[in-house]
Amino acid sequence: MAERLRADLVLEYPFTRTTGPVIGAFLTGLREGIILGIRRPDGTVLCPPTEYDPESSEPLTDLVEVGPGGELLSWTWVDPPRSQSPWDQPHGLGLIRLDGADTPMVHGLLVDGPEGLSVGMRVTARWRPEREGHIADLKGFVPEGADQ
Amino acid sequence: MRDIAVVSVAQHQEKALTHTTEVELMVPIINEARGAVGLTQDDIGFTCSGSSDFLAGQAFSFVHTLDAVGAVPPISESHVEMDGAWALYEAWVKLQIGGVDTALVYSYGKSSPGSLRDVLSTQLDPYYLGPLWPDAFSMAALQARIMLESGAVSEQRLAEIAVRSLNGAAGNPLAVRSSAEATVESVLAEAPIADPLRPSDCAASADGGVAVVLAAGDRARELCERPAWIKGIDHRIDPHQPGVRDLTRAPSAEMAAAQAGASADRLDAAELAAPFTTQEHILELELGLGNGTAVNTSGGALAGHTMMAAGLMRIADAARQIHDEQADRVLGHAASGLYLQQNLVCVMEGE
Repeated sequence: MAERLRADLVLEYPFTRTTGPVIGAFLTGLREGIILGIRRPDGTVLCPPTEYDPESSEPLTDLVEVGPGGELLSWTWVDPPRSQSPWDQPHGLGLIRLDGADTPMVHGLLVDGPEGLSVGMRVTARWRPEREGHIADLKGFVPEGADQ
Repeated sequence: MRDIAVVSVAQHQEKALTHTTEVELMVPIINEARGAVGLTQDDIGFTCSGSSDFLAGQAFSFVHTLDAVGAVPPISESHVEMDGAWALYEAWVKLQIGGVDTALVYSYGKSSPGSLRDVLSTQLDPYYLGPLWPDAFSMAALQARIMLESGAVSEQRLAEIAVRSLNGAAGNPLAVRSSAEATVESVLAEAPIADPLRPSDCAASADGGVAVVLAAGDRARELCERPAWIKGIDHRIDPHQPGVRDLTRAPSAEMAAAQAGASADRLDAAELAAPFTTQEHILELELGLGNGTAVNTSGGALAGHTMMAAGLMRIADAARQIHDEQADRVLGHAASGLYLQQNLVCVMEGE
């Protein structure tokens, strides 16, 4: 009987993607501990920034620093935390409009319970000490003035 | 433009098809849809399906499902990685081009092996949203609070929509969540599942499949006593990032309805594929549905949300009301993406 042939199969995704001049700059900013938005022709600022204007599709290039403080526009409470999320404790999820930006971003809210959250409250960014250029370099947002 | 009609529909849906493969699911549904108008696959000019390889966990999984169609001798066939309503749109375009007079459209989804609420995180942009794994209920809750705070909707109205679905679904054997007894009070008494959303605000996940036969002109009249003529069909899309949208609106739904001519005459019935009560409310406003229109008498997608098929099921439910002479002019709706990002509207009439 002939020898059975064997070959290893490595399942992989052997491609790399570039995040480009806008998303890449935003992620690099996070690594440096700053949050970038992008200015539209009408002067308003999108954060998180997109490479194109959502209405006119014009390319956008004028990056500006925003935050780290902002206003909570909406929230919900996530309990239990979702297994693949960056959070291992019950937490809030919110739409946060950072100072200097006109649009809100989605991120986590680090408070003890939903009673600590209200629309219109002031929040500010908390950073992870080790950062790699990823949206989760931001640990989340806490009420302004919190000692956390 | 050619006159094209839905001449036959068949569907199946249940909470979990644990021991049934997609092929086993679709064989009887496709046979029923073709058989009801006396057709075999040899009589079908074009076949188009909608499903998600990602949901099935296997690349090109839709090719396996062709075993349920019968692809030998070779057939003219296509697939969209979208809800089957978009497969129907492709088939409608193919029939408009001419050369074929009949089309089979089907779609199916089995989300029960995983947690759809979490799997849907993977439809979000992969840099800003996806890595946070915000589940679908939590994302919908952010929209709900904005709607409630701004006065765009009230908790009472959301509960009324939930009750309409629960009560309507009581008469629909394919619904996976129904209650003839549900009231606004009983819904408002539910504890939130994703504050401020209650369980009845969120669609009940289901597994299932649906098949539709389309035919053009006289062929449709031969096959069906009362074809559901497609008078208008259109689909539009809004931006993805939640921050750049007014979350109390769905402009693409309004635009699709206008392009499909939804408001040209009275609509007897509308079937909406909204996965949340908040979004059903938005759709009613964007589609301009008035008091004379019976909305989601089937219970709609809230009563059973089969990923990739919920939209084509709505079109099938709407078309059936024409076939059964319960209605003369109906609207079927399909949606895809975050916060009703993409919408398809199909307006059908009987003769």
